[in-house]
Parts: sequence; C-alpha cells; structure tokens
Amino acid sequence: MRWTLPPRDDAMNLDALLLSRLQFAFVVAFHFLLPAFTIGLASYIAVLEGLSLVTRKAVYLRISNFWIKIFAVSFGMGVVSGIVMPFQFGTNWSRYSDMLADIVAPLMAYEGLMAFFLEAGFLGVLLFGRKLVPQWAHFFAAVMVAFGTLLSTFWILVVNSWMHTPTGFSMVDGRFFPLDWLEVIWNPSFPYRFMHTVTAVYLTTAFTVLGVAAYHLRHGRFVEEARVMIVMAIGLASILVPLQAVLGDLHGLNTLHFQPQKLAAIEGLWETRSRQGMVLFAIPDEAAETNRASIEIPGLASLYLRHSVEGRVLGLRDFPRTERPPVIPVFYAFRVMLGMWAIMMLLTVWGWWLAFRKRLFATSAYLRACTWAIPAGFVAVTAGWVTTEVGRQPWVVYGFLRTADAVTPNLSSGDVAISLALYTLVYAIVFGAGVYYLVKVARAGPSAPAHELGLAQRPARPLSGAELGEGS
Amino acid sequence: MTIDLVPVWTLILGLAVVMYVLLDGFDLGVGILFPFAPDDNARNLMMDSVAPIWDGNETWLILGGIGLFAAFPLAFAIIMPAMYFPILVMLLGLIFRGVAFEFRLKAHRRRFVWDQSFFWGSLLATYAQGVVLGSFVRGFPVHGRQFAGSVFDWAQPFPLVVGAGLVFGYVLLGATWLVMKAEGDLQRWAIGKARVGLIGVVVFIAVVSIWTPLLEQRIAQRWLSWPNIAWLAPIPLTTAAVTVWLWVSLARGRDVAPFFAALGLFLLCYMGLGVSLWPNVVPHTISLWDAASSPKSQAFLLVGTLFLLPIIAMYTGWSYYVFRGKVRGGVGYH
Repeated sequence: MRWTLPPRDDAMNLDALLLSRLQFAFVVAFHFLLPAFTIGLASYIAVLEGLSLVTRKAVYLRISNFWIKIFAVSFGMGVVSGIVMPFQFGTNWSRYSDMLADIVAPLMAYEGLMAFFLEAGFLGVLLFGRKLVPQWAHFFAAVMVAFGTLLSTFWILVVNSWMHTPTGFSMVDGRFFPLDWLEVIWNPSFPYRFMHTVTAVYLTTAFTVLGVAAYHLRHGRFVEEARVMIVMAIGLASILVPLQAVLGDLHGLNTLHFQPQKLAAIEGLWETRSRQGMVLFAIPDEAAETNRASIEIPGLASLYLRHSVEGRVLGLRDFPRTERPPVIPVFYAFRVMLGMWAIMMLLTVWGWWLAFRKRLFATSAYLRACTWAIPAGFVAVTAGWVTTEVGRQPWVVYGFLRTADAVTPNLSSGDVAISLALYTLVYAIVFGAGVYYLVKVARAGPSAPAHELGLAQRPARPLSGAELGEGS
Repeated sequence: MTIDLVPVWTLILGLAVVMYVLLDGFDLGVGILFPFAPDDNARNLMMDSVAPIWDGNETWLILGGIGLFAAFPLAFAIIMPAMYFPILVMLLGLIFRGVAFEFRLKAHRRRFVWDQSFFWGSLLATYAQGVVLGSFVRGFPVHGRQFAGSVFDWAQPFPLVVGAGLVFGYVLLGATWLVMKAEGDLQRWAIGKARVGLIGVVVFIAVVSIWTPLLEQRIAQRWLSWPNIAWLAPIPLTTAAVTVWLWVSLARGRDVAPFFAALGLFLLCYMGLGVSLWPNVVPHTISLWDAASSPKSQAFLLVGTLFLLPIIAMYTGWSYYVFRGKVRGGVGYH
C-alpha cells in the first residue's frame, strides 16, 4: 500500500467526462464504419466463392478476387481500430469496468474467442492461400471468416443491448453480478437490435457493391462482372429494404416499451396524450419543452405505436429533466436514418421498374444515382447508432448507472484532450489514406483473368491479398 | 460453486499473454528490423513472411486485455488508467504498423511513407509494451478500488530501461524468425541481427535481474532467501544454457533452432517475472484472488474457453502449416 489520491475538483472531472465521451464516440464511430461494410462483404465473398465452386463460372471468381482486395484493406483497418476498443473501457471508463466487468467482460471475451480468432485464423488463407489450398478449402475459409464476423456482431450486440435493457443480474455494493446468463444474453432488446443491425450492415454492403458496379458499367468496363453484381445487389435489396422497415418498426415498439423517453425524443413528443401526431419535421426546443416549426400528421404516431388513434403515448415532459436524453441529436439522427432508407427503397423500386422495361443496364441516370448512393448505408448505420446511444443518455446502463459515474476518476481534462487529439490526428491520416486506397482499388476494377488466379500452377510464395487479381 | 477457478484463470491469462508476446513479438521484431534490411527485395520478403499471420498474432492481445477484464476486473480497472499514455502509444503504434501491410502495396510513389509507418509503429508499440511491463514490476498505488497515482508514474528510469530491453528482445525474436523463414543473403543478414539482439537481451536480462530485487524488498527475499534460492536456481541456470544454445546454433547456421531458443529465453524470463510477482496481479497490492470476478462469471467464461482454445490452436496451427517453409519472392511481384 502506498499513497492516496487527493480528490479532484468537479469541474475538472466534468471536462474529462465530456472529452472521454467524445473520444469513445469518435473511436467507436470510425471503427464501426469498417465492420458495417466488412460483415456484409465477408458473406458476399463466401457466396461468390460458393457460386464459383458450384457453377465453375469464371465471372464469380473475378468478382470475388476484386472484393477480396477491398476486403483486405478494410479488414486490416477494422482490426487495428478494433484493438483500440477494449482498452477504452479500462483507460477511460475504469469505474464502469470495475462495476460491470462480471457481466459484460465475459461476453466480450466470448466475442474475442469465438469471432476474432476465427476471422484472423482463416483470413490469412482467404487472402493469401488461393494457390496453396484446394478450392473447397478456400471456400471453407471464406465461410469461416463470414461466420466469424456474424458471431462478433452477435456478442458485441449482446453487450450493447444488455446495457440498454439490463436483465438477469443483481447489484451488490454498487457492482453488477450475473444471476442468469440466458436472461443476460437474451435480454429484451437484443433480438430486435441484432436483426436490425445485421440487416443494416448487409444493406450497406449491397449498396456499395451496387454503386461500384454501376460506376464500371457506366464507363463501359467490366460489363459482365458489373451486371452480375448489380443483379445480386438489387436482388438482396429487394428483400432486405422492405424487411428493414418491419424490423425497424418492431425495434421501435420494443424501445417504446423499455425506453419510453428515448422514443419520445425520437418522435419529438413533449406532451403525454392520445391522438399523438407524427412529427415529420420540427426544431425541438429543449428549454421551452416544445417543438418549433413543426410539421405533423395528427394521430399517426398513436396509430403506429399503439395501433389505435386513441392510444396514449408518453411525452418528454412526463420525465424529470435529469432523466431525459438530449432531444435534438436523437430527433435528427433518426430522420437522417429514415431518409437513407428512403433513398435505398427508391433505388430498389427504380431498379425493378427499369428491369421490367429492359433498361436497367442502360440508364445512365440510374447508374449515376447508384454510385452517388454508396454512402447511404454508412450514413444510415451511423445515424441509427447516434439515435440509440444518445437516446440512452444520461444512462450508460439504462436506469442503473449514469454515464457520469462510469468515468475514470484520476484523469484530468488535459490527459484526455491529449489522447483525443492524437486519436483524431492518427485516424485522419489512416482513415484518409485508407479511403483513398479503397477508392483507387475500387476504380481499378476486377481485372485479372481467372485462369491466372491459381487453378493451374501453385507457387509457394504467399502473395499479398491486395495483389491478387492485379495481374502480373 | 466450491471449486476455486482463480488458478485456472491465472494459467489461461498467463497463456494468452505469453502467446501474445511470443507471436506478436516476432512480427513486431520484423517491423523494427525492416528499415535496416539490405534491399527492397529483402523488405518485401520480410513483409510476406508475417503478412498472413500478423492479425491472428495480435488477436492474442485482445484476448489478454479482455481476459484480464473478465477474470481479474479489479486489476484491469486499476492498471489501464495508470498506463493511460503507454497504452495510447502502443495502440497508435499498432494502428500505423497494421495498416502498412496493405497500404504499402497500394501506394507506389509514397510506399516509403508506409515503410516508415511500419517501422515506427512497430518500434513505438514495442517500447510502450516494455514501459507497461516495467511499470507493472514497480507496482501501482491503489486507493479503494481505483488507481491512486499519476498518469505519468511510468516516466521513471526502470520502466524506460525495460522498454529498451523489450526492443532488443523482439529484435531477437524477429531476427531468428527470419533465420527460419529466409534463405541466402537475407538469412545471413538475419543471423547478424540475431547476434546483436541476443547480446542486447543478455545485457538487459542482467540489468533487470539485478535491479528488480533492489526495487522491492519482497522480490529480493523471494529469490535470495533459503531454500528458495535452491529451488529457483534452475531458472537462471537454464537461461544461461539456452543463451549458449542460441549463440551456438546461430554460429552453426541452423534454420529452426535459433527461433525456438529465443522463444525459450522469453519463456524463462516470463517464469522469472511470475516468481517475482506471485500472487499479485496488481503489484504489490492486490492479489489474484482479491481482483477476481465472481465465480459465476469465471465459470461461465471457462466453459467456452476450455472448449474453444483447443479449436483455436487447431486452426491457427493449420494457418501456420499452410504458410510453412521458406518464404519465396518473385512470382508476379511488381
């Protein structure tokens, strides 16, 4: 035993809290942009490898090699930005770590054990092993990588959902202990959040594939590959875009039940009443507890939330100010997410309409729109994440632990300012370069003919994954 | 639940940390040696020798970090804030070197940027890990359930020296890895670097072995009191023997033996560290048992871990098997 710490003054801690929150939001938001794309891409590559194995058509192999190059760069960025995440809990949220470890840490450890090792173990074979292993083994590696990304999604969303809707635990001396692991894992918001998120990341991949293929088709290059990609992407979107509306609605009803103030912030509702209107647009005024410049459809919110116009829906005024989330970010982020969904729906319907008129591959305006819509999925998942996470505030474990009580006590605002500045600088360089190189690879397109890609001779040297398909 | 799972978790966590140090150790070492390679072709081969496996190696770091969080959360909540800046530097270093693997193949004129990023990232990450290790041996002041020191406590001579020692250690691992994976000129070059690494490692082992007991009375007593000194003598004696084996196998131009001898040296140092610090997980205040999570949490995770670790070992082994043998350059490279 040695020295003790003099208590820091509160103002200093408040700044360290705000900066720690900013830092966490920053590193997690940038990290998640990569899994948001690579989870779907891993599954897509596995499907392409499977199609290639079954049909023996060279086009699938060419498309697969093209996306493997992009996957290699994105996955590497995902891994290194992901390693940052577990350490954040310890460095900046040590009180959270101490109080929550018994529940959240084993779940995160399962993510590492099941998912990360599976991904990393088979990734080498997927990227570098095409010429070293039989084709079925390469396909198997692709499936395992894809399965690993989904397992990772499963466990991390278990942790996240439990913090939103904690169940199956007891509290002793302010610390959380597990009572029933099945209740912890299958907490009430988890199934909805999992389905909603997986659908969202698959859509992000589908619209990226669509946009890149449309770019090449519009320039008259890689026509065969581009057509296959466009058909596959629109096919997937035709199922998932409408499905996402249903899943989003179910998730919303779940939120209404368990986190009514988040839902009130999403909908921009201040007053508790029946015949609650749906606010299409407004400028929420948190001080005056009302909306300005509001455009709403009377009674509609009650109808879709309570399935009756007379249904009563809680407004924010019914909650003490200290238990309300910040309304403005939640309200707008939700609308941004819906807007992105509308863009995806529009492109899907437009695509079908063109397909019926046999003009899908020849309509330049449509292809251009698809390329412009590449960010739609990324914006949607980020906006959805802002909606749900800001909407949970001021709680980190909803109803039980406030974010302000979770932060590391001995950090000063100066300490966190330095680390945040460094993360910002490094991520700007690394993500900037990463996006630049990704765009470069995407523009170069799928190039090498399949017969050069390994079915014939087998040199022992591992190629870089990024090099496969660039030709020799 | 009457079975005490703490010893089991100590073993598992110990295994995760040692796997990380040995595996990422050699690929970080390759990164540190990178700019000193004789030519560009050698650098490409060095990169190729670790490219398929580095992220699997780094996954052990995540397992070590989260394993500590899950099995000994109090230690996690105390050590991480104390190591705020060394961990920040380590993470940023790992980012720079991790992206270099792919980025340098995409860049043509700016390849040198990512070559530098690979080197500096590897060096900084290694040094920061050494600083964490040195600070760990010095111990952490604790008040209640929180770290009670300053975030600059690591800026002391001992941790800074251990950082330099670990750089030589990883250089030794990386160089002997290259001795195993390379042929011809690159292999001869690697043998030379392995000698430099080994000399550095021996010097730092000696310095740290003398300095550590001086830092903490209890460590001195553990090693030097009778009968401990008799029981523990095999550790330094074996270390000396392995050092000689490593030197001789390098001189005789063996391919594989130097790498395994280097792994052996690391294992012995690790055992020595364990002897010095046992049974504390937050030196020199909190024991493994005091920091442990609840039996229910430890049991829940143990079931899956005992099932999954052998499977992980199997497919990690398969991956190493696929990329076995000497790394070759040439085909289709540009």
